[in-house]
Amino acid sequence: MNANNLIVFLIALPLASSAFLLLSGRKSDKWGHLLATAVSATTFFIGAYEFFQMHSRSSADRPLTQKLFEWISVGNFQVNASLLLDQLSICFVLLITGVGTLIHIYSIEYMSHDQNRRRFFAYLNLFIAAMLLLVLGDSYLNLYVGWEGVGLASYLLIGFWNQKPAYATAAKKAFVANRVGDVGLSLAIMIAFTQFGTVSFAGVKDGAPHASPAALTALGAMLLLAAAGKSAQFPLQSWLGDAMAGPTPVSALIHAATMVTAGVYLITRSNFVFDASPTAQVMVVSVGAITLLFGAIIGTAKDDIKKALAASTMSQIGYMILATGLGPVGYAFAILHLLTHGFFKAGMFLGAGSVMHGMDDEVNMRRYGGLAKAMPITAVTFGLGYLAILGVPPFAGFYSKDKIIETALNAGGTKGILLGGATLLGAAITAFYMTRVVVLTFTSAKRWDDKAHPHESPILMWLPMAILAIGSVASGFLLSSGSALVNWLQPIVNAGHHEHGEELLKPLVVSLLALAVVAIGVLTAVFKYRSVPVQAPEKVSVFTRAARKDLYQDSFNEAVLMRPGQKLTSGLIFTDNKIIDGIVRSFGAVIAITSTSMRKIQNGYVRSYALIMVLGVLALIATVWLVTL
Amino acid sequence: MDISNYLYLSVALFTIGAVGVVVRRNAIVVFMCVELMLNAANLAFVTFSRLNGNLDGQVASFFTMVVAACEVVIGLAIIVTIFRSRRSASVDDASLLKR
Repeated sequence: MNANNLIVFLIALPLASSAFLLLSGRKSDKWGHLLATAVSATTFFIGAYEFFQMHSRSSADRPLTQKLFEWISVGNFQVNASLLLDQLSICFVLLITGVGTLIHIYSIEYMSHDQNRRRFFAYLNLFIAAMLLLVLGDSYLNLYVGWEGVGLASYLLIGFWNQKPAYATAAKKAFVANRVGDVGLSLAIMIAFTQFGTVSFAGVKDGAPHASPAALTALGAMLLLAAAGKSAQFPLQSWLGDAMAGPTPVSALIHAATMVTAGVYLITRSNFVFDASPTAQVMVVSVGAITLLFGAIIGTAKDDIKKALAASTMSQIGYMILATGLGPVGYAFAILHLLTHGFFKAGMFLGAGSVMHGMDDEVNMRRYGGLAKAMPITAVTFGLGYLAILGVPPFAGFYSKDKIIETALNAGGTKGILLGGATLLGAAITAFYMTRVVVLTFTSAKRWDDKAHPHESPILMWLPMAILAIGSVASGFLLSSGSALVNWLQPIVNAGHHEHGEELLKPLVVSLLALAVVAIGVLTAVFKYRSVPVQAPEKVSVFTRAARKDLYQDSFNEAVLMRPGQKLTSGLIFTDNKIIDGIVRSFGAVIAITSTSMRKIQNGYVRSYALIMVLGVLALIATVWLVTL
Repeated sequence: MDISNYLYLSVALFTIGAVGVVVRRNAIVVFMCVELMLNAANLAFVTFSRLNGNLDGQVASFFTMVVAACEVVIGLAIIVTIFRSRRSASVDDASLLKR
């Protein structure tokens, strides 16, 4: 079979499976999860086949396109529903289907007691289909369809247990925050259309060098807004913490490994826009730097293990976004970190799920402690992910995060010092809060009561964790040995001919520096959490309180966006009811009052009518007489 | 005799008729008062005809008489019908249209 024609099956299979599972109802309850997992695995094998096919071709022949049908054709404007599988897409395809399949397997066991397991798997398949469409679309409009699709799947899965009002609200919050970003993406599409007359990636790439800087900056800013919404970046970051209301496999797949990295994909895919607009790049690095510190600080104060990991995700995506703002070489490192992060963060989320599974869905880390003995496999896999996120050599994060820190430091001048400082500080805080999570959960004295019987999870759950842990160990080395990923992505992001200018610091120095700050973070956490009270201490500094409250992001949104909006609507309702309707109603009231009083004249007596007539004639005569006088 | 006296008479008759229409309850009397008003108008027409020396006013009064004759026929018929059905010729009793 031709490799071209297979691309569509990547999307069609999970989509069909999702539709089938949703429509077939309870009949497929018994085997629905197996179908969904088999379909997900099939897409992974198709992806792997495509990858090896692509790998065997020469660099210029690697991108494949498959035109499905003509979608929109108006005058000169044409959009085809066609798929583009190139070096960048295939990375995502393998990540999505690979991690996706592992999480399908994990969910079979994790969701086994949920009577809506079939629906859960249908949504997971829907997500896989939408996410693959997102990364395979060959134009911004095709991407937009997938972009909305993952938003829908995310909404459905966060609110999967929507019988709890708080969870339903969390889903709605995620959806609304995402919509703000989606507005950015649709505006970006409109800007691309007015400026270039086309919305395909290739068309925009060809047109970008000739476009005005202002248009490119606007386009970049709108794309960044879209990325901020989907990837939970500042200022649209507030939804990610609440999104942890979803089942833990969802948090691992959607809110750690794949969907939230769509923003990084979007910016990397649009590299030609950002390379041509330094202003937009500055915006990108600023958002990345702010978010990486923001997320890291929040992570230090969360007692909910999933929320701590969510804050960490936010922070790590901040690293990626920052990297994409650093020019051609940054894109490759962003994708490198994205892939390694996909392994170690998904692994840690699954570990958190395994802990919750063993602890009767307890999420408060202050009620854990000493679980390494009860759950050795979970502890080891989590620990490998932990070492990876810290950037300890030779684990995955060492290869990806150090590259980002190094690139940031070498950005030159004040920018380099600021960004490098932010990334190093972020690395130190990351080390602190991740150590805190590990200490609180696995090593410190036990704080759970006797009702809890922590036990190791069954093989269907620990096997995916183990595979992801292997990824956390090896992926960094494999992807960066001989600059494998950088060279692979070179045709997409033009990173190859980028020369390192004068290097501020040698890579070795950067690595040592990073390791030093990480060591400081780890030691601080170990020292601070020698003993852990079960109740979170009340008397804490103002900073801790702010971090516990997510740095007041919700309060800010409420005060600045929600309340004025509510005031505006209530004002409009008042104006509508009292002023606009009031004028109309008062006309009616005046006529009603007048006619009520006039009605008394109609008394039915002929003689009074005659009298009125006589008086009327007299009045007429008097008027005529007065006028002619 | 001064011709304006005819006009005074006409005005007096018209006024008597108008007041009669307003104050009397008996339909027959009201009806007669209406006739009186019509004839007062006729008198005014004839007077002005004489005053202007042409026949226009006299012609108009003929028309009035014809209309009055028709009106008498219809009006009396209505009054008789009302009297038959309600045993009363009072105009105040015939106020059913309002209800």
